[in-house]
Amino acid sequence: METKKAIISVTNLIKKYDDFVAVQGLSFEVYENEIFGLLGPNGAGKTTTLEIIETLREKTSGEIIVDGFSVDKQAQDIKQIIGVQLQAAGYYPNLNLVELLELFAGLYGADVKPMEMLEKVNLQDKAKAKYKALSGGQKQRFSIATTLINQPKIIFLDEPTTGLDPQARRNLWDLITEIRDAGTTVVITTHYMDEAEQLCDRVAFVERGQIIALDTPDNLIDQLVNSGFERKKEVKKANLEDVFINLTGKEWRE
Amino acid sequence: MNDRNSSSPLGSEGLNDRNSKSSLGAVGYSNTKATLALAKASFRSIMRSPSAVVFTLAFPLIFILVFGFLGGGGTHIDVGITPGSDMKNPVIGMLEKTGMIRLVKNKSKADYDKLLEKGNVDAMIDVHRKVNSVAYSVNVVYTSASMDKGNILKSVLNNLFYDKNLKPSVAEIKESTIHGREYKTIDFILPGQLGFSLLSTGVFGTAFVFLSLRQTLVIKRFFATPVKRSSIVIGEGIARIGFALLGALFIILIGHFFFSFTLVHGALTVVNMLLLAALGVIVFMGFGFIISGIAKNESMVPPISNIVTLPQFLLSGTFFSIEAFPTWLQPISRALPLTYLNDAMRKVAFEGLGLWDVKFQIMILLLWGIGIYAVAVKVFKWE
Repeated sequence: METKKAIISVTNLIKKYDDFVAVQGLSFEVYENEIFGLLGPNGAGKTTTLEIIETLREKTSGEIIVDGFSVDKQAQDIKQIIGVQLQAAGYYPNLNLVELLELFAGLYGADVKPMEMLEKVNLQDKAKAKYKALSGGQKQRFSIATTLINQPKIIFLDEPTTGLDPQARRNLWDLITEIRDAGTTVVITTHYMDEAEQLCDRVAFVERGQIIALDTPDNLIDQLVNSGFERKKEVKKANLEDVFINLTGKEWRE
Repeated sequence: MNDRNSSSPLGSEGLNDRNSKSSLGAVGYSNTKATLALAKASFRSIMRSPSAVVFTLAFPLIFILVFGFLGGGGTHIDVGITPGSDMKNPVIGMLEKTGMIRLVKNKSKADYDKLLEKGNVDAMIDVHRKVNSVAYSVNVVYTSASMDKGNILKSVLNNLFYDKNLKPSVAEIKESTIHGREYKTIDFILPGQLGFSLLSTGVFGTAFVFLSLRQTLVIKRFFATPVKRSSIVIGEGIARIGFALLGALFIILIGHFFFSFTLVHGALTVVNMLLLAALGVIVFMGFGFIISGIAKNESMVPPISNIVTLPQFLLSGTFFSIEAFPTWLQPISRALPLTYLNDAMRKVAFEGLGLWDVKFQIMILLLWGIGIYAVAVKVFKWE
């Protein structure tokens, strides 16, 4: 890999809730134009870390710089250059997708055509639909469209593929890869290791508020193999998901 | 995976067109634009929300319809004539002509006393020619059993005494300030229903919207954009006030054209009423902010809201004049903000007063507003 420029740098981040320490001294960098994965079990502090970087939550201590802006003093500047997809967030009730995008355009002060945004995530047929009427995959695609309105330098996706069927999941991977290829840095959390392996350029494992490993998926796997690890079962050339996709077809249904 | 040179399927107008980045700089960001975008979204949402439309329009209109037909378009006042009263005087004649007053004649003093006590007769009138004079003396006895109708009779009598033909022949004039137009049921009911509509749209609407926006993380998502908190509140406020005023205008126009609701100065009166409506809904929205802060979930909103709205619905002169209530209850009525909004609305619509003339009522509403928002700032929750 060529030398990388850090677009997010987190140094010694600590977050305490009363007597519970959710994040204990995290430090990592996200490079420009990569897909960076934060992995770890529930309650490990992934979402808390993301929300602090997104300026949605106060930190207890530590330093965070996002594209040269400090979260302490320049939260407003950071909001301008990031796009955020929250885990399980809803949208303004009773509005259709075009109206929701118009609302977000106003909130970001961006001049965008809602239909063009919907085309980017392949939802132009659903322009007049309400968010609630969308399928799981469509909801996630729409959420991603709202993160792109201000042409952000970085987007944050918190478990975007949770609860999706294999087709919708792969479809979303393609979209996320396209976004990265178009020049945007992507920070993503997920519980699916196959997803992280396929999608992420680098991953950090978070456990009890600390980073316990950070590297490319390839290197991390090699390190484990070199340490003498062996799978109990011989790896076949395909897995059950390949069978599923092969049987039910690649194209994504709504 | 790492081939960054692969052509983007999204084309040259890709996901990250940096050329227009400058328009997104902190300097170029417009809070006004964000506020208006929120107001527009909120207004669209309200217009599609069945409960908002029912509470603001259907509810008050049903009451207006019911009372509009019940009252037969007018109030009747039963006035007994004291035995021995001079019947051939112009006052009685004029009273008969107004059509609103039904004279109850030829009963004994004892009968009249009973009727008066029960409120079956609203007042007694006794007209006598003054000794050594061409003028008449008019003696009216009201009953506390029917104070509201007594008040109407007062204004009717005063109106009569200003009549040119009658004036020279009547020596004693009891009151001199009350306007004596034909006071119809609708003139009383409509401002009360309007006030209640503003109360429910302000309280229920605001409480539900902010609670649900908070619970579904819509507000959290907004916070990830550069929008200010004040823009969210103001945008929501603009939409709600706009919707409430549209509803108010609709109710006033239906009342005026279908039930002959009195608008003394026409369009000017409507404008004054709408200004009062705006003040009222702003004050009432404060209750909504408080409720959205203390309610833990959506099912807690209706009971808490009813604690605020029901007493005002019953005690603030929405259906009955508060003077008809027992005296121990009246101080409670006089403490409620809706009482003053209703009062100001009636004075503006029926008596044709200007906003400056109802400054006392406006002042009480403003005091309520200051108190409510002081609490709202403390208990309101963003997340």
